[in-house]
Amino acid sequence: MKESTLDPRAATVDVTLPAGQGWTHELGPGEMFRIVDLEGNQAVDTLFFNSRDVHERYSATETIRAQGNIYLSTGTRLMSSEGRPLLTIVADTCGRHDTLGGACSAESNQVRYALDKKYMHNCRDSFLLALARYGHGMGKRDLPNNINFFMNVPVTPAGELTFADGVSGPGRYVEMRAEADVLVLISNCPQLNNPCNAYNPTPVRLLVWRKG
Amino acid sequence: MTTQLQDVLRGGQAWSRRLLRHQRLRLRDVEGRACVSALFYNAHDPLERYNMPDTLKAQFTAFLTTGRVLYSDMGRVLCSIVADDCGWHDTISGIGGADTARARFGEGSYQALRNDFHRNGRDNLLVELGKHGLGKRDVVSNVNFFVRVAVDDAGALAWIPANSRAGNSVELRFEMDTLVVLSNTPHPLDPGKRYHPPPVEITISDGPAAPADDRCRLSRPENGRGFALTEAYAAERTGRSP
Repeated sequence: MKESTLDPRAATVDVTLPAGQGWTHELGPGEMFRIVDLEGNQAVDTLFFNSRDVHERYSATETIRAQGNIYLSTGTRLMSSEGRPLLTIVADTCGRHDTLGGACSAESNQVRYALDKKYMHNCRDSFLLALARYGHGMGKRDLPNNINFFMNVPVTPAGELTFADGVSGPGRYVEMRAEADVLVLISNCPQLNNPCNAYNPTPVRLLVWRKG
Repeated sequence: MTTQLQDVLRGGQAWSRRLLRHQRLRLRDVEGRACVSALFYNAHDPLERYNMPDTLKAQFTAFLTTGRVLYSDMGRVLCSIVADDCGWHDTISGIGGADTARARFGEGSYQALRNDFHRNGRDNLLVELGKHGLGKRDVVSNVNFFVRVAVDDAGALAWIPANSRAGNSVELRFEMDTLVVLSNTPHPLDPGKRYHPPPVEITISDGPAAPADDRCRLSRPENGRGFALTEAYAAERTGRSP
């Protein structure tokens, strides 16, 4: 657990993203980016790209291999598919974030919950709409597996994947420093089938500070 | 079952082929300690591809073995693991690139070693994907057959020695027409200092569809729904009722 000293009043971006909405934003090197879990245990599905060459993008496997650990927290370098750091987590009052659980989609909801769940809103739809609006030819090929900030998805030594009670709470946040020109893509998760958010998706606050 | 192909994937070699629905692919680790990194795509629409998180979430597992299936990002089953005497195949630890190989094994250039040069997993996948019009945007979290990377209670990774022994094999039954891309290259967490990926035998054969009481279909209620969606898609493609 590590707190930040940055003052929200000095932020250049300060927006509240409702659950079920997508968001894109370009960060410059050295800019600081904070995500605040306003009401607690909200999954913030997030991808990062090198905005100068979006074929270089966040890689969950490069990230966990670089640090030898599957959980993300303070000190984690969020690595690209080319093995370079895109951002570094510099503060974290939640303590653990997931990068194995991926994003929900209409089709995976059918598999996981019931065939008649296909109509329900989901993260992949938010990702696709945000990318379509962003343009630059980005789309479904640009959705490798993502980070789920504030989610707790433990793996046991026997190799089971479990969905544990959240470790986050109202006002907890994670803050990272951009190490390159970075495109941020977020889906604030609308999942209504999973007890991890108490079946109640909630808004998050997104803040950006200029290079200090 | 009729054998369609028998081949040997030499150490360092990449490979790709379209497997048809109900065909089987068997990989055999001839010497032990193999690592076959694999990616899977719908052969008719490669925008649909293997999805590690959906595979793990649907089956509450962090590894692959008999009875488990590999999901695409569209809720369908690309293939099922119908036999496995190794017991653990990794899908969380990714592939290494040129930098990883150089740091562990030295330069190993083509100019010095000719065709014994140190090929790496990422470059191999890019070469093989390139033959199908695919590239960097299509590299997703992959499967590493014959590899076990354990995770402790604090989340730390550990490469497990002797996970695959000489003669171990794993067999996949394809549930969709699938483009399979393989790279027989050292796992990036294998601490061995000598570049020696062992040969892997490939056998492709024809076989029957998954029966109603199939182990993979019944191993999780999620998989029953995954098979239903896959069978509906096959019917859509052929214009016949499932």
